[in-house]
Amino acid sequence: MALKKFVVGCFEDEKVLFPAVDKVRKAGYKFHDIYTPFPVHGLDKAMGLRETSLHTAGFLYGLIGTTTAVTFMTWVFTKDWPVNIGGKPNFALPAWIPITFELTVLFAAVGMVLTFCYICQLAPFIKRHHFHARSTDDLFVMVIECGDKTNEEELKSFLGSVGAQEVNTQIAEDGWWVGRYDKEDQLYKEPNIA
Amino acid sequence: MIKQQFEISAGYKKWTNILLGVGGLILVLGFVFLGMSKDEIDQTRFWAGLLQNSVFFLLVVNASMFFICVTTLAMGGWQMAFRRVPEAISSLVPVFSLLALLVFVGIIFGDKHTIYHWLDKEHVEHDPILKGKKAFLNPTFFMVWTIITMVVWSFVGAKMRKLSSQADEQMDLEKSKKFIWNNTVWGAIFIVFFALTVGSTIPWLWLMSIDAHWYSTMYSWYTFVSSFVAGMSLVSLFVIYLKNNDYLDYVTEDHLHDLGKFMFAFSVFWTYLWYSQFMLIWYANIPEETIYFKPRMQGAYRAIFFLNLIVNFAVPLLLLMTRGAKRSYTTITVLAVLIILGHWTDFYQMVMPGTMHEHYSLGWFEFGILALYAGLIMFFVGRALTKKPLFAKHHPFIKESVIHEV
Repeated sequence: MALKKFVVGCFEDEKVLFPAVDKVRKAGYKFHDIYTPFPVHGLDKAMGLRETSLHTAGFLYGLIGTTTAVTFMTWVFTKDWPVNIGGKPNFALPAWIPITFELTVLFAAVGMVLTFCYICQLAPFIKRHHFHARSTDDLFVMVIECGDKTNEEELKSFLGSVGAQEVNTQIAEDGWWVGRYDKEDQLYKEPNIA
Repeated sequence: MIKQQFEISAGYKKWTNILLGVGGLILVLGFVFLGMSKDEIDQTRFWAGLLQNSVFFLLVVNASMFFICVTTLAMGGWQMAFRRVPEAISSLVPVFSLLALLVFVGIIFGDKHTIYHWLDKEHVEHDPILKGKKAFLNPTFFMVWTIITMVVWSFVGAKMRKLSSQADEQMDLEKSKKFIWNNTVWGAIFIVFFALTVGSTIPWLWLMSIDAHWYSTMYSWYTFVSSFVAGMSLVSLFVIYLKNNDYLDYVTEDHLHDLGKFMFAFSVFWTYLWYSQFMLIWYANIPEETIYFKPRMQGAYRAIFFLNLIVNFAVPLLLLMTRGAKRSYTTITVLAVLIILGHWTDFYQMVMPGTMHEHYSLGWFEFGILALYAGLIMFFVGRALTKKPLFAKHHPFIKESVIHEV
């Protein structure tokens, strides 16, 4: 878990944010993320994010669910404990469809939620750095990662020139760590509460 | 330059004429060799083939009507960029109603009791089940309710299309509100009547009464979904055709994506109803109920029965699942054709086992009538599309459709 340096620019308006995203991308800076108070349509496209693979994972989890259900029931009803139910064949596929369906959905849903949490690194007692307290209220917070060659001052003035209301530098963990918010030390020097 | 008005191209005209020519010829040949034949099986083949096709295509074009009304009631805006396409398809309802009516007149007044065995009065008297259903299954009720249904469908359809023309001219706020209100009222009238007809009685009369002893409460829904998913595929085909020929400027991949979702979702829904109908009968295993599935699952229709499940469920499920597939013109075109043919065979296996029994054939006559109906659809939809601008530019919801993004 390494500390990294981030330059944070806060925008108050979507209309300013979108051209700014475009300019930042063209200038070749690397987005860490953009934190918005609500889902912004088209922002992922503007940031140049690739499409998520979560649905592919979901499909695979679903397949695992289907296979589990069918193989388990086949084993139970034909090998382990064959019972004559109403004269039906032991391999009674039509009767198993609901359970197969349920297990497919269950595996896909639970698997996707867990995968999503892992990708976003969300879990109870997991702490993540907040770049700006107002990012859950009314502020669009653009976070740019600084590399070795990034000129911090230039980047800050650049963000200001594309319309950021507030620009600062923060040194923070980019991943997650176990801990509680109230007990943890401030990881950056200037607390940034507006 | 935005092409506002559809113009029938030479290629479109050529294909329409080929399909109409081939189909017409086969209809005549079918009438001569099958319809006028002394052999009862040939006669039944003629009428059963006509019944299957005329009912299927009538319900498919009527699905466009359902789509228009349902999106109107839901205050949907996304479909406005191509709404004139389902409108043009819905203008076929009176035409196909007339053709279906001719077939019904032929069957009912021609006393074809190999199609509907409740037409055989002698037999009904000695059959307690059919006697009990006599109040519903009799020629008078059949014809009267069929005609009422067709008239109301056609009338409300004409009304909706006429209302839609108002959106070609500038409207102020008051007029827009009145316009939406009128659309909502007529859409609601249609949906209620649709529930009384396609949602319940019409499939009972037209199709389920072939197996008059048997009944299923899922049958009408099943028929409706079958026709609806094929209807949405037909809309998609026309939208793609127009888009490929530089019409419908405002239709984007996003609209196609939503049409693809309809095709995907209702394929799954069709399977859900198929299974709901099948599973209870299979599980209860009561002879008078399983009689319906006996010839289909274990008899002569086995291949068609399982092919039906593969084409209408497995293929759309797997091939239309991803976002990319629903946004691809090629995939949607191929699957739309496949789904329409798949549900055509679905109707085939609804009609044939009760009429042709094990002597069924799927050959020149059945595919010829299919070609005839394809030609009729191309001819009438093409003609209807030329009559109005393809884009109702003053519809109050039009902007929603232009900026639609999925």
